Amino acid sequence: MSTRSIVPFGPQHPVLPEPIHLDLVLEDEKVVEAVPSIGFVHRGLEQLVEKRDFQTYVYVAERICGICSFMHGMSYCEAVEKIMDIELPARAKYLRTIWCEMSRIHSHLLWLGLLADAFGFESLFMQSWRIRETILDMFEESTGGRIIFSVNKIGGQRRDMENSMLRGFLTKLDQVEEQVKSITEAFLNDHAVNTRLRGVGILTKEQAYGLGAVGPFMRASGIEFDMRMRGYDAYKDLDFRPVTSTECDSYARCKVRIGEIFQAIDLIRQAVDKIPEGDIAVPVKGFPNGEAFVRVEQPRGEALYYVCGGGKKFLERFRVRTPTFANLPGLLQTLKGCQLADVPILILTIDPCISCTER
Amino acid sequence: MTDGEIREIELEALPAEALKLKNSGYRLIQMCVNRRIGQDFQLTYSFGIGLDCVHLRMLVHPEDEVMSISSIYEPAFLYENEMQDLFGIHISMISLDYHGNLYRLDKKTPYRPSEEKES
Repeated sequence: MSTRSIVPFGPQHPVLPEPIHLDLVLEDEKVVEAVPSIGFVHRGLEQLVEKRDFQTYVYVAERICGICSFMHGMSYCEAVEKIMDIELPARAKYLRTIWCEMSRIHSHLLWLGLLADAFGFESLFMQSWRIRETILDMFEESTGGRIIFSVNKIGGQRRDMENSMLRGFLTKLDQVEEQVKSITEAFLNDHAVNTRLRGVGILTKEQAYGLGAVGPFMRASGIEFDMRMRGYDAYKDLDFRPVTSTECDSYARCKVRIGEIFQAIDLIRQAVDKIPEGDIAVPVKGFPNGEAFVRVEQPRGEALYYVCGGGKKFLERFRVRTPTFANLPGLLQTLKGCQLADVPILILTIDPCISCTER
Repeated sequence: MTDGEIREIELEALPAEALKLKNSGYRLIQMCVNRRIGQDFQLTYSFGIGLDCVHLRMLVHPEDEVMSISSIYEPAFLYENEMQDLFGIHISMISLDYHGNLYRLDKKTPYRPSEEKES
């Protein structure tokens, strides 16, 4: 008869960039159940709307997470713009789309590096992060920041990208594309990597849907769904189809994210090709009075923003449902039946962002 | 002015409405406390199918008990524990009830005014 034991995993662990704790119930080396607890870095940012006026709060929203910072700021702005019935200039929508896709590339490259590090492939980890530096350089050139960008505001953007800069970005993206192709070979075809990822952490299509999974984690289970299909910002003008895989395992999650890097490069090329001239912001008058739900596709998946204002300087409520929070039940499912040694890899395959989750 | 239809329902109708949505193929998107209306909390549960979504909205008195929908929608347990931890909403029959300890916070129910907090 096997022996049952409980192994505490985290909150501090070499594979976890941020703290999360799991109580793993084991039968010998096999996980039979995992119970999560979070809240080690809960900051209460949602409640800060009571102390920061709705314009200033854009900077707080950006600081929910250091990876999706652009999209958090942008989505907050879009929710307020929806309440105030503000129509953005077309150029601002394209700028937002380009920065969103740059965020996706750097987020996925960061994740690939962390994954390589987790299975002990150090040179692949360094290669992934080296390529990511080019994207961060592009952010620095276009926004002045590498982590926090502060280019979003209610009613548009604070900065424009000159057409010469955009053309330069395309040249850099050509190089990035070639470099990503070279690491793709290792991620998808290397025998050692395959051994760690293939058949590990199966989440079927039905389970992914039923457990409310989102983003690449869900699309790797064969569900063709992406909030960008709703056509917000400039996505309605771009040729786009979600990247999916039907293998439903950790390998599929890696494959989908790599596919999304190439797709993001393609979307930026299309956006640069179609971006119109014109203003990048419209003037904003008054205070938000009403409520709005906005959903966007962050690198980690669907995020939902709720904003409610009572016609005053300070909002009544701001709420974010982040992708990692939605993916936790799916993660617990993938952990059931896995070996203890696979737990770090499986936690990584949802691309967890605890800062987002605990905001 | 929102993404999806908002349906106002009575608190007692929540499990039945959630079950209807589940049987129609909706997935759970999120559950949250929106704001206070007088003494009451306004709760919104969001469900999606394809690109569409529906929000069930109800009012809950601070002393009311809300029936968990975690037996209908498995991921609901996380959101319900979150509402319990941050706002002190009473939710019964959660499939995995942390009893206020999902978030490891210094202050209990930090999003609830201090004069209302239970001892």
